[in-house]
Amino acid sequence: MKSIQNIEEEIVEEFSMFDSWIDKYDYLIDLGKSLDILKDEFKIKENIIAGCQSQVWLHAENKNDTIEYHADSDAIMTKGIIALLIRVLSNQRPNDIIDAKLDFIKTIGLEEQLSQTRANGLKSMIKQMKIYALAYKHN
Amino acid sequence: MIDPKKSFPILETIVNENKLIYFDNAATTQKHHSVIDEITKFYNKENSNIHRGVHYLSQLSTKKFEESRVAVKNFINAKHNHEIIFTRGTTDSINLLASCYSKILKSGDEIIISEMEHHSNIVPWQMCCENTGAKLKIVPITELGELDLNEFKNLVSSKTKLVSITHISNSLGTINPIKKIINLSHENGAKVLIDGAQAAAHVNVDVQDLNVDYYCFSAHKLYGPTGVGVLYGKEDLLNHLPPYQGGGEMIQEVTFEKTTYACLPHKFEAGTPNIGGVIAFKKAIDFLAETKVETMKKHEDHLLNYATESLNNINGIRIIGTSKKKSAIISFTVENIHHYDLGLILDKMGVAIRTGHHCTQPVMKKFNIAGTSRVSFAYYNTTEEIDYFILALKKAIKMLS
Repeated sequence: MKSIQNIEEEIVEEFSMFDSWIDKYDYLIDLGKSLDILKDEFKIKENIIAGCQSQVWLHAENKNDTIEYHADSDAIMTKGIIALLIRVLSNQRPNDIIDAKLDFIKTIGLEEQLSQTRANGLKSMIKQMKIYALAYKHN
Repeated sequence: MIDPKKSFPILETIVNENKLIYFDNAATTQKHHSVIDEITKFYNKENSNIHRGVHYLSQLSTKKFEESRVAVKNFINAKHNHEIIFTRGTTDSINLLASCYSKILKSGDEIIISEMEHHSNIVPWQMCCENTGAKLKIVPITELGELDLNEFKNLVSSKTKLVSITHISNSLGTINPIKKIINLSHENGAKVLIDGAQAAAHVNVDVQDLNVDYYCFSAHKLYGPTGVGVLYGKEDLLNHLPPYQGGGEMIQEVTFEKTTYACLPHKFEAGTPNIGGVIAFKKAIDFLAETKVETMKKHEDHLLNYATESLNNINGIRIIGTSKKKSAIISFTVENIHHYDLGLILDKMGVAIRTGHHCTQPVMKKFNIAGTSRVSFAYYNTTEEIDYFILALKKAIKMLS
Protein backbone atom coordinates (compact mmCIF):
# COMPACT_ATOMS: atom_id res chain seq x y z
CA MET A 1 0.00 0.00 0.00
CA LYS A 2 1.36 3.40 -1.01
CA SER A 3 1.34 6.05 1.67
CA ILE A 4 -0.72 9.21 1.38
CA GLN A 5 2.54 11.13 1.05
CA ASN A 6 3.66 8.96 -1.89
CA ILE A 7 0.41 9.36 -3.76
CA GLU A 8 0.40 13.12 -3.22
CA GLU A 9 3.92 13.28 -4.68
CA GLU A 10 2.81 11.25 -7.68
CA ILE A 11 -0.03 13.64 -8.37
CA VAL A 12 2.20 16.69 -8.03
CA GLU A 13 4.56 15.15 -10.57
CA GLU A 14 1.76 14.39 -13.00
CA PHE A 15 0.47 17.96 -12.81
CA SER A 16 3.95 19.43 -13.24
CA MET A 17 3.76 18.33 -16.87
CA PHE A 18 1.00 20.77 -17.66
CA ASP A 19 1.95 24.21 -18.91
CA SER A 20 -1.48 25.76 -19.20
CA TRP A 21 -4.69 25.82 -17.26
CA ILE A 22 -6.42 24.24 -20.25
CA ASP A 23 -4.26 21.11 -20.04
CA LYS A 24 -4.79 20.96 -16.30
CA TYR A 25 -8.55 21.37 -16.60
CA ASP A 26 -8.71 18.85 -19.46
CA TYR A 27 -6.94 16.33 -17.23
CA LEU A 28 -9.32 17.03 -14.34
CA ILE A 29 -12.29 16.59 -16.67
CA ASP A 30 -10.86 13.22 -17.80
CA LEU A 31 -10.35 12.20 -14.18
CA GLY A 32 -13.91 13.21 -13.43
CA LYS A 33 -15.23 11.15 -16.32
CA SER A 34 -13.25 8.09 -15.29
CA LEU A 35 -14.33 8.19 -11.64
CA ASP A 36 -16.05 4.93 -10.66
CA ILE A 37 -19.79 5.30 -10.81
CA LEU A 38 -21.41 5.68 -7.42
CA LYS A 39 -24.21 3.14 -7.10
CA ASP A 40 -27.69 4.65 -6.94
CA GLU A 41 -28.27 3.06 -3.53
CA PHE A 42 -25.60 5.40 -2.16
CA LYS A 43 -26.86 8.50 -3.96
CA ILE A 44 -29.22 9.21 -1.13
CA LYS A 45 -30.09 12.30 0.81
CA GLU A 46 -28.04 11.22 3.85
CA ASN A 47 -24.89 11.08 1.70
CA ILE A 48 -25.28 14.53 0.16
CA ILE A 49 -22.77 17.21 0.95
CA ALA A 50 -24.57 20.33 -0.09
CA GLY A 51 -22.87 23.12 -1.94
CA CYS A 52 -24.56 26.09 -3.50
CA GLN A 53 -22.85 25.54 -6.86
CA SER A 54 -22.53 21.78 -7.11
CA GLN A 55 -23.31 18.92 -4.80
CA VAL A 56 -21.33 15.91 -3.73
CA TRP A 57 -22.40 12.44 -2.58
CA LEU A 58 -19.98 10.63 -0.31
CA HIS A 59 -20.13 7.03 0.89
CA ALA A 60 -17.54 5.32 3.07
CA GLU A 61 -16.94 1.66 4.00
CA ASN A 62 -14.62 -0.01 6.44
CA LYS A 63 -12.30 -2.56 4.76
CA ASN A 64 -9.72 -4.41 6.89
CA ASP A 65 -8.74 -1.49 9.09
CA THR A 66 -8.78 0.89 6.16
CA ILE A 67 -11.51 3.08 4.74
CA GLU A 68 -12.80 2.90 1.21
CA TYR A 69 -14.46 6.01 -0.17
CA HIS A 70 -16.90 6.32 -3.03
CA ALA A 71 -18.19 9.67 -4.21
CA ASP A 72 -19.82 11.51 -7.04
CA SER A 73 -20.84 15.04 -8.01
CA ASP A 74 -23.14 16.65 -10.53
CA ALA A 75 -20.31 18.88 -11.79
CA ILE A 76 -17.44 17.32 -13.71
CA MET A 77 -14.67 19.60 -12.40
CA THR A 78 -15.74 18.81 -8.85
CA LYS A 79 -15.72 15.14 -9.81
CA GLY A 80 -12.15 15.48 -11.08
CA ILE A 81 -10.97 16.71 -7.71
CA ILE A 82 -13.03 14.05 -5.97
CA ALA A 83 -11.14 11.47 -8.06
CA LEU A 84 -7.86 12.91 -6.76
CA LEU A 85 -9.03 12.95 -3.16
CA ILE A 86 -10.24 9.37 -3.39
CA ARG A 87 -6.97 8.30 -4.94
CA VAL A 88 -5.12 9.85 -2.00
CA LEU A 89 -7.36 8.91 0.92
CA SER A 90 -9.20 5.74 -0.08
CA ASN A 91 -7.86 2.45 1.37
CA GLN A 92 -5.79 4.26 3.96
CA ARG A 93 -5.82 3.79 7.71
CA PRO A 94 -8.08 6.12 9.74
CA ASN A 95 -5.17 7.75 11.60
CA ASP A 96 -3.37 8.57 8.38
CA ILE A 97 -6.56 10.03 6.87
CA ILE A 98 -7.13 12.19 9.92
CA ASP A 99 -3.56 13.51 9.78
CA ALA A 100 -3.47 14.09 6.01
CA LYS A 101 -2.63 17.70 5.21
CA LEU A 102 -3.49 17.35 1.50
CA ASP A 103 -0.97 20.02 0.53
CA PHE A 104 -0.91 18.69 -3.02
CA ILE A 105 -4.09 20.57 -3.86
CA LYS A 106 -2.30 23.86 -3.31
CA THR A 107 0.89 22.67 -4.97
CA ILE A 108 -0.90 21.76 -8.19
CA GLY A 109 -2.65 25.14 -8.17
CA LEU A 110 -6.18 24.07 -7.40
CA GLU A 111 -6.54 25.59 -3.96
CA GLU A 112 -9.17 27.97 -5.32
CA GLN A 113 -11.38 24.93 -5.77
CA LEU A 114 -11.49 24.57 -2.00
CA SER A 115 -12.32 28.16 -1.22
CA GLN A 116 -15.62 28.85 0.49
CA THR A 117 -16.71 31.13 -2.31
CA ARG A 118 -16.74 28.28 -4.79
CA ALA A 119 -19.40 26.67 -2.61
CA ASN A 120 -18.94 23.42 -4.46
CA GLY A 121 -19.03 21.09 -1.45
CA LEU A 122 -15.39 20.02 -1.72
CA LYS A 123 -14.20 21.61 1.47
CA SER A 124 -17.05 20.01 3.35
CA MET A 125 -16.28 16.74 1.59
CA ILE A 126 -12.75 16.60 2.98
CA LYS A 127 -14.10 17.38 6.41
CA GLN A 128 -16.67 14.61 6.05
CA MET A 129 -14.00 12.12 4.89
CA LYS A 130 -12.04 12.88 8.04
CA ILE A 131 -15.11 12.62 10.22
CA TYR A 132 -15.76 9.12 8.82
CA ALA A 133 -12.15 8.21 9.61
CA LEU A 134 -12.58 9.50 13.15
CA ALA A 135 -15.82 7.56 13.57
CA TYR A 136 -14.31 4.28 12.29
CA LYS A 137 -11.30 4.71 14.52
CA HIS A 138 -13.48 4.83 17.60
CA ASN A 139 -15.74 1.94 16.56
CA MET B 1 -20.62 58.72 -28.13
CA ILE B 2 -17.87 58.65 -25.51
CA ASP B 3 -16.78 55.09 -24.84
CA PRO B 4 -18.67 54.33 -21.62
CA LYS B 5 -15.98 51.82 -20.68
CA LYS B 6 -13.57 54.66 -19.98
CA SER B 7 -15.84 55.81 -17.17
CA PHE B 8 -15.58 52.50 -15.34
CA PRO B 9 -11.96 51.95 -14.29
CA ILE B 10 -12.42 48.35 -13.14
CA LEU B 11 -13.29 47.25 -16.68
CA GLU B 12 -9.57 47.52 -17.51
CA THR B 13 -8.85 44.59 -15.20
CA ILE B 14 -6.93 41.63 -16.58
CA VAL B 15 -8.24 38.24 -15.42
CA ASN B 16 -6.11 35.16 -16.06
CA GLU B 17 -4.23 37.03 -18.79
CA ASN B 18 -7.46 38.04 -20.52
CA LYS B 19 -9.25 41.34 -20.51
CA LEU B 20 -12.18 41.15 -18.12
CA ILE B 21 -15.58 40.74 -19.71
CA TYR B 22 -18.08 41.55 -17.03
CA PHE B 23 -21.47 39.95 -17.64
CA ASP B 24 -22.64 39.75 -14.04
CA ASN B 25 -24.42 43.08 -13.91
CA ALA B 26 -27.64 41.71 -12.45
CA ALA B 27 -25.64 40.84 -9.34
CA THR B 28 -24.00 44.24 -9.19
CA THR B 29 -22.91 46.81 -11.75
CA GLN B 30 -19.47 48.35 -11.81
CA LYS B 31 -19.03 51.83 -10.39
CA HIS B 32 -18.83 55.00 -12.42
CA HIS B 33 -15.58 56.90 -11.76
CA SER B 34 -17.52 59.90 -10.48
CA VAL B 35 -19.01 57.65 -7.76
CA ILE B 36 -15.58 56.42 -6.73
CA ASP B 37 -14.16 59.97 -6.74
CA GLU B 38 -17.05 61.21 -4.65
CA ILE B 39 -16.49 58.55 -1.98
CA THR B 40 -12.81 59.52 -1.78
CA LYS B 41 -13.69 63.19 -1.64
CA PHE B 42 -16.26 62.59 1.09
CA TYR B 43 -13.81 60.85 3.42
CA ASN B 44 -10.99 63.27 2.58
CA LYS B 45 -12.89 66.51 2.93
CA GLU B 46 -16.47 66.20 4.07
CA ASN B 47 -16.93 63.36 6.54
CA SER B 48 -19.14 64.17 9.47
CA ASN B 49 -22.30 62.76 11.00
CA ILE B 50 -25.40 64.24 9.49
CA HIS B 51 -28.37 66.16 10.99
CA ARG B 52 -28.28 67.99 14.31
CA GLY B 53 -24.61 68.99 13.96
CA VAL B 54 -24.04 72.72 14.13
CA HIS B 55 -20.49 72.71 12.83
CA TYR B 56 -19.28 73.26 9.28
CA LEU B 57 -18.66 69.64 8.27
CA SER B 58 -21.95 68.40 9.66
CA GLN B 59 -23.79 71.13 7.79
CA LEU B 60 -21.96 70.19 4.61
CA SER B 61 -22.52 66.44 4.81
CA THR B 62 -26.17 66.96 5.80
CA LYS B 63 -26.71 69.23 2.82
CA LYS B 64 -25.15 66.73 0.43
CA PHE B 65 -27.01 63.79 2.00
CA GLU B 66 -30.30 65.58 1.50
CA GLU B 67 -29.32 66.52 -2.06
CA SER B 68 -29.08 62.79 -2.77
CA ARG B 69 -32.62 62.38 -1.49
CA VAL B 70 -33.80 65.05 -3.91
CA ALA B 71 -31.89 63.37 -6.75
CA VAL B 72 -33.62 60.05 -6.01
CA LYS B 73 -36.97 61.76 -5.73
CA ASN B 74 -36.50 63.35 -9.16
CA PHE B 75 -35.11 60.13 -10.63
CA ILE B 76 -38.28 58.15 -9.85
CA ASN B 77 -40.58 61.20 -9.94
CA ALA B 78 -41.84 60.93 -6.38
CA LYS B 79 -44.07 63.71 -5.12
CA HIS B 80 -42.14 64.54 -1.94
CA ASN B 81 -38.53 64.28 -0.80
CA HIS B 82 -39.61 62.64 2.44
CA GLU B 83 -41.17 59.76 0.53
CA ILE B 84 -37.61 58.56 -0.12
CA ILE B 85 -36.28 56.39 2.72
CA PHE B 86 -32.62 55.43 2.57
CA THR B 87 -31.90 51.83 3.52
CA ARG B 88 -29.01 49.40 3.17
CA GLY B 89 -30.39 47.92 -0.04
CA THR B 90 -33.42 46.28 -1.62
CA THR B 91 -33.41 43.41 0.87
CA ASP B 92 -33.36 45.88 3.74
CA SER B 93 -36.18 47.90 2.15
CA ILE B 94 -38.38 44.81 1.84
CA ASN B 95 -37.58 43.74 5.38
CA LEU B 96 -38.44 47.22 6.63
CA LEU B 97 -41.86 47.04 5.05
CA ALA B 98 -42.45 43.41 6.04
CA SER B 99 -41.54 44.27 9.60
CA CYS B 100 -44.03 47.17 9.63
CA TYR B 101 -46.74 44.99 8.11
CA SER B 102 -46.05 42.39 10.79
CA LYS B 103 -47.46 44.91 13.23
CA ILE B 104 -50.62 45.71 11.29
CA LEU B 105 -51.71 42.50 9.57
CA LYS B 106 -53.92 39.95 11.25
CA SER B 107 -55.09 36.39 10.75
CA GLY B 108 -57.28 36.15 7.65
CA ASP B 109 -55.34 38.82 5.74
CA GLU B 110 -53.47 37.79 2.64
CA ILE B 111 -50.21 38.79 0.94
CA ILE B 112 -49.57 37.96 -2.71
CA ILE B 113 -46.11 37.37 -4.15
CA SER B 114 -45.07 35.42 -7.25
CA GLU B 115 -43.20 32.28 -8.13
CA MET B 116 -40.42 34.32 -9.79
CA GLU B 117 -39.48 36.37 -6.73
CA HIS B 118 -35.93 36.62 -5.41
CA HIS B 119 -35.63 34.94 -2.01
CA SER B 120 -35.46 38.43 -0.50
CA ASN B 121 -39.02 39.05 -1.66
CA ILE B 122 -40.20 35.68 -0.33
CA VAL B 123 -38.63 35.06 3.06
CA PRO B 124 -39.53 38.42 4.72
CA TRP B 125 -43.19 37.80 3.80
CA GLN B 126 -43.06 34.24 5.09
CA MET B 127 -41.75 35.67 8.35
CA CYS B 128 -44.45 38.34 8.32
CA CYS B 129 -47.12 35.65 7.81
CA GLU B 130 -45.67 33.55 10.62
CA ASN B 131 -45.88 36.53 12.93
CA THR B 132 -49.40 37.58 12.03
CA GLY B 133 -51.25 34.49 10.85
CA ALA B 134 -51.73 36.12 7.45
CA LYS B 135 -51.64 33.85 4.41
CA LEU B 136 -49.09 33.98 1.59
CA LYS B 137 -50.50 33.43 -1.90
CA ILE B 138 -48.26 32.73 -4.87
CA VAL B 139 -48.88 33.82 -8.46
CA PRO B 140 -47.54 31.03 -10.69
CA ILE B 141 -45.43 31.61 -13.79
CA THR B 142 -45.91 30.22 -17.29
CA GLU B 143 -43.51 28.20 -19.45
CA LEU B 144 -42.26 31.45 -20.98
CA GLY B 145 -41.38 32.71 -17.53
CA GLU B 146 -44.21 35.24 -17.36
CA LEU B 147 -46.63 35.89 -14.54
CA ASP B 148 -49.93 34.06 -14.98
CA LEU B 149 -52.16 37.12 -14.84
CA ASN B 150 -55.40 35.13 -14.96
CA GLU B 151 -54.28 33.29 -11.86
CA PHE B 152 -53.38 36.61 -10.26
CA LYS B 153 -56.94 37.85 -10.91
CA ASN B 154 -58.24 34.75 -9.13
CA LEU B 155 -55.97 35.27 -6.14
CA VAL B 156 -56.47 38.97 -5.49
CA SER B 157 -59.48 39.80 -3.32
CA SER B 158 -60.65 42.04 -0.53
CA LYS B 159 -58.56 39.85 1.81
CA THR B 160 -55.40 40.89 -0.02
CA LYS B 161 -53.61 43.57 1.99
CA LEU B 162 -50.36 43.68 0.07
CA VAL B 163 -49.07 42.52 -3.30
CA SER B 164 -45.28 42.34 -3.57
CA ILE B 165 -43.99 41.60 -7.05
CA THR B 166 -40.71 42.09 -8.85
CA HIS B 167 -40.53 44.60 -11.67
CA ILE B 168 -37.95 42.52 -13.55
CA SER B 169 -37.05 38.93 -12.74
CA ASN B 170 -33.37 38.51 -11.84
CA SER B 171 -33.19 34.95 -13.14
CA LEU B 172 -35.56 35.08 -16.13
CA GLY B 173 -35.23 38.68 -17.26
CA THR B 174 -39.00 39.05 -17.64
CA ILE B 175 -40.33 42.60 -17.40
CA ASN B 176 -43.61 42.28 -15.56
CA PRO B 177 -46.74 44.28 -16.48
CA ILE B 178 -46.64 46.07 -13.14
CA LYS B 179 -49.05 48.81 -14.09
CA LYS B 180 -51.73 46.22 -14.74
CA ILE B 181 -50.90 44.46 -11.46
CA ILE B 182 -51.03 47.74 -9.54
CA ASN B 183 -54.42 48.64 -11.04
CA LEU B 184 -55.91 45.20 -10.38
CA SER B 185 -54.61 45.29 -6.81
CA HIS B 186 -55.98 48.74 -6.16
CA GLU B 187 -59.40 47.70 -7.50
CA ASN B 188 -59.40 45.16 -4.68
CA GLY B 189 -58.14 47.59 -2.08
CA ALA B 190 -54.66 46.05 -1.83
CA LYS B 191 -51.43 48.01 -1.61
CA VAL B 192 -48.51 47.18 -3.88
CA LEU B 193 -44.75 46.96 -3.35
CA ILE B 194 -42.64 46.63 -6.49
CA ASP B 195 -39.14 45.20 -6.14
CA GLY B 196 -37.22 47.32 -8.60
CA ALA B 197 -33.75 45.92 -7.94
CA GLN B 198 -33.30 44.80 -11.55
CA ALA B 199 -35.31 47.61 -13.06
CA ALA B 200 -34.25 51.01 -11.80
CA ALA B 201 -31.09 51.20 -13.94
CA HIS B 202 -32.67 49.64 -17.01
CA VAL B 203 -36.20 51.01 -17.49
CA ASN B 204 -37.75 54.36 -16.66
CA VAL B 205 -39.52 54.37 -13.33
CA ASP B 206 -42.16 56.99 -12.60
CA VAL B 207 -43.81 56.14 -9.30
CA GLN B 208 -46.59 58.69 -9.73
CA ASP B 209 -47.47 57.47 -13.21
CA LEU B 210 -47.40 53.87 -11.96
CA ASN B 211 -49.44 54.92 -8.93
CA VAL B 212 -47.38 52.36 -7.00
CA ASP B 213 -47.62 52.40 -3.20
CA TYR B 214 -44.08 51.26 -2.44
CA TYR B 215 -41.06 50.81 -4.69
CA CYS B 216 -37.57 49.71 -3.73
CA PHE B 217 -34.14 49.30 -5.29
CA SER B 218 -30.40 49.20 -4.54
CA ALA B 219 -27.77 51.78 -5.45
CA HIS B 220 -25.19 49.14 -6.29
CA LYS B 221 -27.18 47.83 -9.24
CA LEU B 222 -27.33 51.41 -10.59
CA TYR B 223 -23.59 51.97 -10.99
CA GLY B 224 -23.56 53.27 -7.41
CA PRO B 225 -22.04 52.06 -4.14
CA THR B 226 -23.02 48.98 -2.15
CA GLY B 227 -24.80 49.33 1.18
CA VAL B 228 -27.29 51.94 -0.01
CA GLY B 229 -30.88 51.29 -0.99
CA VAL B 230 -34.14 53.11 -1.36
CA LEU B 231 -37.64 52.48 -0.17
CA TYR B 232 -40.15 54.79 -1.77
CA GLY B 233 -43.58 54.95 -0.19
CA LYS B 234 -46.57 57.24 -0.61
CA GLU B 235 -46.49 59.88 2.11
CA ASP B 236 -49.86 58.98 3.55
CA LEU B 237 -49.03 55.27 3.76
CA LEU B 238 -45.60 55.79 5.32
CA ASN B 239 -47.12 58.15 7.87
CA HIS B 240 -49.55 55.46 8.96
CA LEU B 241 -47.00 52.67 9.22
CA PRO B 242 -45.52 51.96 12.65
CA PRO B 243 -41.76 52.71 12.94
CA TYR B 244 -39.23 50.01 12.09
CA GLN B 245 -36.00 50.17 14.07
CA GLY B 246 -35.68 52.28 17.18
CA GLY B 247 -32.69 54.49 17.87
CA GLY B 248 -31.24 57.90 17.20
CA GLU B 249 -32.58 60.12 14.45
CA MET B 250 -36.03 58.48 14.40
CA ILE B 251 -37.40 60.10 17.55
CA GLN B 252 -39.17 63.32 18.32
CA GLU B 253 -38.96 63.10 22.08
CA VAL B 254 -37.69 60.33 24.32
CA THR B 255 -38.81 59.94 27.89
CA PHE B 256 -39.01 56.73 29.89
CA GLU B 257 -42.78 57.09 30.02
CA LYS B 258 -43.38 57.51 26.29
CA THR B 259 -41.33 58.17 23.19
CA THR B 260 -42.78 59.98 20.22
CA TYR B 261 -41.43 59.43 16.77
CA ALA B 262 -39.93 61.78 14.24
CA CYS B 263 -41.70 62.62 11.02
CA LEU B 264 -40.80 61.24 7.60
CA PRO B 265 -38.27 60.24 6.41
CA HIS B 266 -36.36 60.14 9.72
CA LYS B 267 -38.95 57.87 11.36
CA PHE B 268 -37.53 55.02 9.25
CA GLU B 269 -33.87 56.02 9.31
CA ALA B 270 -32.66 55.11 12.79
CA GLY B 271 -28.94 55.25 13.40
CA THR B 272 -26.09 56.67 11.35
CA PRO B 273 -26.62 55.72 7.72
CA ASN B 274 -24.03 55.04 5.03
CA ILE B 275 -23.50 58.77 4.55
CA GLY B 276 -20.62 58.58 2.07
CA GLY B 277 -22.48 55.94 0.08
CA VAL B 278 -25.69 57.93 -0.10
CA ILE B 279 -23.79 61.06 -1.17
CA ALA B 280 -21.86 59.16 -3.85
CA PHE B 281 -25.09 57.56 -5.04
CA LYS B 282 -26.11 60.96 -6.38
CA LYS B 283 -23.24 60.81 -8.85
CA ALA B 284 -24.58 57.50 -10.20
CA ILE B 285 -28.03 59.03 -10.57
CA ASP B 286 -26.52 62.05 -12.32
CA PHE B 287 -24.78 59.67 -14.72
CA LEU B 288 -28.06 57.84 -15.41
CA ALA B 289 -29.97 61.08 -15.84
CA GLU B 290 -27.36 62.55 -18.20
CA THR B 291 -27.04 59.42 -20.32
CA LYS B 292 -30.78 58.81 -20.11
CA VAL B 293 -32.21 55.46 -19.13
CA GLU B 294 -34.03 55.17 -22.52
CA THR B 295 -30.71 55.49 -24.35
CA MET B 296 -29.15 52.86 -22.14
CA LYS B 297 -32.16 50.57 -22.57
CA LYS B 298 -31.93 50.82 -26.33
CA HIS B 299 -28.32 49.72 -26.25
CA GLU B 300 -29.04 46.95 -23.74
CA ASP B 301 -31.98 45.70 -25.82
CA HIS B 302 -29.64 45.45 -28.77
CA LEU B 303 -27.17 43.42 -26.67
CA LEU B 304 -30.01 41.21 -25.44
CA ASN B 305 -31.23 40.42 -28.96
CA TYR B 306 -27.73 39.92 -30.28
CA ALA B 307 -26.74 37.55 -27.46
CA THR B 308 -30.04 35.66 -27.57
CA GLU B 309 -29.62 35.02 -31.27
CA SER B 310 -25.99 33.95 -30.86
CA LEU B 311 -26.87 31.59 -28.02
CA ASN B 312 -29.77 30.07 -29.92
CA ASN B 313 -27.31 29.11 -32.68
CA ILE B 314 -25.38 26.84 -30.33
CA ASN B 315 -26.54 23.23 -30.11
CA GLY B 316 -27.83 22.07 -26.74
CA ILE B 317 -28.50 25.53 -25.31
CA ARG B 318 -31.86 26.16 -23.73
CA ILE B 319 -32.74 29.69 -22.68
CA ILE B 320 -34.78 29.81 -19.48
CA GLY B 321 -37.13 32.78 -19.61
CA THR B 322 -38.37 33.50 -23.12
CA SER B 323 -40.87 36.27 -22.57
CA LYS B 324 -41.19 38.81 -25.36
CA LYS B 325 -40.69 41.54 -22.79
CA LYS B 326 -37.26 41.03 -21.32
CA SER B 327 -34.51 43.06 -19.77
CA ALA B 328 -30.88 42.26 -20.69
CA ILE B 329 -30.65 39.13 -18.55
CA ILE B 330 -30.25 35.69 -20.14
CA SER B 331 -30.34 32.48 -18.13
CA PHE B 332 -29.46 29.33 -20.00
CA THR B 333 -28.58 25.68 -19.57
CA VAL B 334 -26.35 23.55 -21.77
CA GLU B 335 -27.35 19.95 -22.32
CA ASN B 336 -25.33 17.53 -20.17
CA ILE B 337 -23.07 20.28 -18.84
CA HIS B 338 -23.21 21.60 -15.29
CA HIS B 339 -23.36 25.37 -14.91
CA TYR B 340 -20.59 25.30 -12.32
CA ASP B 341 -18.14 23.72 -14.79
CA LEU B 342 -19.09 26.28 -17.41
CA GLY B 343 -18.61 29.18 -15.00
CA LEU B 344 -15.16 27.93 -13.96
CA ILE B 345 -13.87 27.60 -17.50
CA LEU B 346 -15.32 30.91 -18.68
CA ASP B 347 -13.67 32.58 -15.69
CA LYS B 348 -10.32 31.22 -16.84
CA MET B 349 -10.96 32.97 -20.15
CA GLY B 350 -11.79 36.25 -18.40
CA VAL B 351 -15.56 36.11 -18.72
CA ALA B 352 -17.49 36.77 -15.50
CA ILE B 353 -20.91 35.14 -15.50
CA ARG B 354 -23.09 33.96 -12.64
CA THR B 355 -24.03 30.34 -12.09
CA GLY B 356 -26.45 28.66 -9.72
CA HIS B 357 -30.02 29.24 -8.67
CA HIS B 358 -29.68 33.04 -8.41
CA CYS B 359 -31.61 33.08 -5.12
CA THR B 360 -34.74 32.00 -7.00
CA GLN B 361 -35.04 28.33 -6.09
CA PRO B 362 -38.81 28.21 -6.88
CA VAL B 363 -38.01 29.26 -10.47
CA MET B 364 -35.45 26.46 -10.77
CA LYS B 365 -38.00 24.01 -9.41
CA LYS B 366 -40.60 25.22 -11.89
CA PHE B 367 -38.25 24.54 -14.81
CA ASN B 368 -36.96 21.38 -13.16
CA ILE B 369 -33.30 22.41 -13.25
CA ALA B 370 -30.57 22.66 -10.59
CA GLY B 371 -29.43 26.04 -11.79
CA THR B 372 -28.50 28.08 -14.82
CA SER B 373 -25.65 30.07 -16.26
CA ARG B 374 -26.65 33.70 -16.42
CA VAL B 375 -25.27 36.61 -18.41
CA SER B 376 -26.61 40.07 -17.69
CA PHE B 377 -25.61 43.22 -19.51
CA ALA B 378 -25.13 46.85 -18.62
CA TYR B 379 -24.69 49.99 -20.64
CA TYR B 380 -20.90 49.57 -20.92
CA ASN B 381 -21.05 46.11 -22.51
CA THR B 382 -20.58 45.65 -26.25
CA THR B 383 -21.43 43.22 -29.04
CA GLU B 384 -17.68 42.55 -29.43
CA GLU B 385 -17.66 41.27 -25.87
CA ILE B 386 -20.61 39.03 -26.69
CA ASP B 387 -18.70 37.66 -29.69
CA TYR B 388 -15.76 36.81 -27.45
CA PHE B 389 -18.07 35.28 -24.85
CA ILE B 390 -19.72 33.07 -27.50
CA LEU B 391 -16.31 31.86 -28.68
CA ALA B 392 -15.26 31.17 -25.09
CA LEU B 393 -18.54 29.39 -24.44
CA LYS B 394 -18.09 27.15 -27.49
CA LYS B 395 -14.58 26.33 -26.34
CA ALA B 396 -15.83 25.50 -22.84
CA ILE B 397 -18.61 23.29 -24.20
CA LYS B 398 -16.05 21.45 -26.35
CA MET B 399 -13.81 20.89 -23.31
CA LEU B 400 -16.69 19.60 -21.21
CA SER B 401 -18.33 17.37 -23.82
